[in-house]
Amino acid sequence: MTSLLSIDILLTAACAWGVVGLLGLVAPRNTHFISKTLFPLGALVGVLVGLASLGSLGGPAQTAVLVIGLPDLPFHLRLDNLSALFAMLLGFVAAGISIYAAGYFRKGEGTAPGVLCLEYHLFLASMLVVLLADDAYAFMVAWETMALSSFFLVTTDHRHEEIRRAGFLYLLIAHIGAIAILLSFGVMTGGAGDYSFAGMRAQQLSPFWSSAAYLLALAGFGAKAGLVPLHVWLPEAHPAAPSPVSAMMSGVMLKTAIYGLLRVSFDLVHATIWWWGVMALAIGLVTALFGVLYSTVQSDMKRLLAYSSIENIGLIAVGIGLTLIFHAYRMETLAALAMTAVLYHCLAHSAFKSLLFLCTGSVLHATRERSLGKLGGLIHRMPWVAWLALAGVIASAGLPPLSGFVSEWLLLQSFLFSPGLPHPWLNMVVPVAAALVVLVAALAGFAMVKFYGIIFLGQMREPGLKDAHDAGTWEKFGLAWLALITLLLGILPSTVISRIDAATQQLLGTGLAAKLKEQGWWMLAPISPERASYEPLIFLVTIAATLLLGRWLVRHLYHGRVRRTTAWDCGYYFQGPRAQDTAEGFSQPIRRIFEPMFRMQRHFPTARDTEPYYSVKVEDHFWYWLYLPVARLAGRISTLIVTLQGGRIAVYLMYSFITLLVLLLVARP
Amino acid sequence: MISISGLLGQAFAILLALVLAPLLSGWVGQCRAWLQSRTAPPLLLPYYQLQKLFHKDVVLAHGASSLFRAAPFVVFGCMVLACAIIPSLSTDLPLAPAADALALVGVFGLARVFISLAAMDVGTSFGTLGGRREMLVGFLAEPALLMVIFTLAMTVQSTSVATIVETLAHRELVIYPSLAFAGIAFTFVSFAENARVPVDNPATHLELTMIHEAMILEYSGRHLALIEWAASLKLYAYSCLGLALFFPWGIAPGDNFLALVAAIPLLLFKLAIGGAFLAAIETINAKMRIFRAPEFLGTAFMLAVLGLLVRLLLESRV
Repeated sequence: MTSLLSIDILLTAACAWGVVGLLGLVAPRNTHFISKTLFPLGALVGVLVGLASLGSLGGPAQTAVLVIGLPDLPFHLRLDNLSALFAMLLGFVAAGISIYAAGYFRKGEGTAPGVLCLEYHLFLASMLVVLLADDAYAFMVAWETMALSSFFLVTTDHRHEEIRRAGFLYLLIAHIGAIAILLSFGVMTGGAGDYSFAGMRAQQLSPFWSSAAYLLALAGFGAKAGLVPLHVWLPEAHPAAPSPVSAMMSGVMLKTAIYGLLRVSFDLVHATIWWWGVMALAIGLVTALFGVLYSTVQSDMKRLLAYSSIENIGLIAVGIGLTLIFHAYRMETLAALAMTAVLYHCLAHSAFKSLLFLCTGSVLHATRERSLGKLGGLIHRMPWVAWLALAGVIASAGLPPLSGFVSEWLLLQSFLFSPGLPHPWLNMVVPVAAALVVLVAALAGFAMVKFYGIIFLGQMREPGLKDAHDAGTWEKFGLAWLALITLLLGILPSTVISRIDAATQQLLGTGLAAKLKEQGWWMLAPISPERASYEPLIFLVTIAATLLLGRWLVRHLYHGRVRRTTAWDCGYYFQGPRAQDTAEGFSQPIRRIFEPMFRMQRHFPTARDTEPYYSVKVEDHFWYWLYLPVARLAGRISTLIVTLQGGRIAVYLMYSFITLLVLLLVARP
Repeated sequence: MISISGLLGQAFAILLALVLAPLLSGWVGQCRAWLQSRTAPPLLLPYYQLQKLFHKDVVLAHGASSLFRAAPFVVFGCMVLACAIIPSLSTDLPLAPAADALALVGVFGLARVFISLAAMDVGTSFGTLGGRREMLVGFLAEPALLMVIFTLAMTVQSTSVATIVETLAHRELVIYPSLAFAGIAFTFVSFAENARVPVDNPATHLELTMIHEAMILEYSGRHLALIEWAASLKLYAYSCLGLALFFPWGIAPGDNFLALVAAIPLLLFKLAIGGAFLAAIETINAKMRIFRAPEFLGTAFMLAVLGLLVRLLLESRV
């Protein structure tokens, strides 16, 4: 009985989000009502969504048909394990972000709070419908609603020109992606005209058409997820959007794209061909390396996080690629291992990246600064935000015992099995790819130390930072919620995996849960304990016990005396905030080592400068290699077309006449 | 299942690490002095220093936050865990399943991130410089180290350090070319990770060349003592790891008490040789510029990848 209810609960929740959004229009300027009543309500709905999906994980698929839609094609909805997993992610993360948003949105310029509330909740509801949709029509309607509502959210501060431009770029790439997805669905129907997912599953496509569908889906969902070269909107849109929206987009919306890619490549299309996986693996590696390198050299804290999201999506794509390769060779246990890594990283990333984006929101509110070069020392003024951000930073750097490490560990474990592939050169090349994954993880550590060290540690780089204040109660609660998820995902991997294993089993037919049941709940040993094991709880307890015991012993055997004085710094006299590394200075080694990867414009001071300064501007190669040429080509084509449009009615009549003549000649009976 | 003797062995291994680690640092210092024709400091110098530092007051900079005060304890905890899971005497370690070789790299990474953050905390020029350089060395060394571990893990079909050592110790003496490559790469990485010449100089206070010393300039008293102790524990951990992976003979399997007792002098002997080797390498090399470090570690990485490829190409049927 309860299993029958889950999809109804989720549908009610989607409607509830819609209603909460509409209620915002009742009093669009009443900030207090909207932020302190409606957003917490939305959060409550989020918790409900999370719990309902968690409850339905492992149960049978549930379907529903809505009467709305086209005359012949009502909305088909279906809640299976894959949808439930991502809906759970959406619900729990959205709850944290909404609670945070209750304290975040204030009176200001830009969109009225009521309209913002509508857009925000519509965004949530549409993401939920995307996950539930069981036919191409419902999927595309929800997908477009999601794109449009998030576009309006990104352009909340539409008075600034660069924000409007960022919004336009986002909308453009979202639509290029949507076209590819639509075409992919078209290919998958196989000309039968049945646009329901059930109909697509029933189609037996030839390898050629399967590959076409897969490639279109990879391009379309890749554009939404931020795979290179369609990543350019992320670093523009994330800094432009308000922080809760950035958190929602990076934490949850990117995962809907991953959901779509998984749905198409493992569920709707049956054939799996090994080079599909190689392709995803290669694109993922390039994306991850590109994202992490660019994230280390950013000077804007939200751009840094946006590039870090690109990196994480790249790692997820690497995992998908590996899963596809194993799946193509029918090595299902290993495919399940890689798939678990993918799903785990989706969960982990959505929590820690939302947490970090929300922390930047608090910093932004407290200081009105986004540029790393004007921050510093905020741990003294904002201890709550600083310590909670540390959890996100450690998870994002892929370090034990938090969530990022678990998925990385699983991914590396599955790489270790790739020499068993029955393919002459794949089994050589793929293990070496693991080296790049490790390089990416280590560079992510560099980026995160930069992010945290420059914002929260050191001396305050601007005098105005002395007035910074810690986050409010609502914000703290939202941050703590997400930090708690990060911690739990980090220390209870076995428990989590046995819950999410249902989705792996649905996609691959086999999972890891049975293996994990043989061991204790504290132990993660996906293949066998002799082969590899990881016990984060014991790990954490050992470090904590040593830490506390060490502290206690030192205090009792010796003393706990502390004196305060000025810093030593080798006796160097000038110790102002300018003596610290800037954001650019910190990443100088990266720019130097990986110089060809960046397009840099640098200005060096000369001996004769009266006001010497150094500046460096790092730009994306892809703008110059891909986007600007395409834009120029589009411009040239449109000027050609403009010459046809003379504006005189006689000319247009002549065009019609010529067309008519040609048609008469061509279409003779 | 976890046995009493296993637990005792584990506790003994940790205590031995805590006691032996400063001794190893002192021994390396002595060998260095002899090779450089200096009068050698006493072997027990690191203990005297720890004792002195623990007695002293902590002098904190005004800008130091709570993270700065917590970091030495975290780093120390990480290093103790690392020493606990690396088999030095016996492979019967109840803590070993808690972290395999990949997690071991993660432990070192966690310690590195904390010490770098602490270095940035006071906000001095040298602190941030040291933090940045430490992270630079870290991201270059970590992939190389992981590739070494991958090579071994593929040879043994396991990433558990205890299993790797047990398997390698109990097979006939065959020279694997892949292990040779991995061994050289591992040596390179350990020099970089332990802040030794040619990447860093543990004895320097020459401002522009230091990495590790630059990070801990602001530490004093018990904090500095813990960091110094953790640094020697790290050297001990890397030495034991290298010895266990490439010279695993003599490490006791399971809870055989006699073998355990026999393993102690053998470990001391191996560590003494290893320390002397380290001192010799440090003496015949000059410290390189910081931007030569990528080449040095890039070589290590290439060697490790080569080892992996050799393993896959030539030894896949072994």
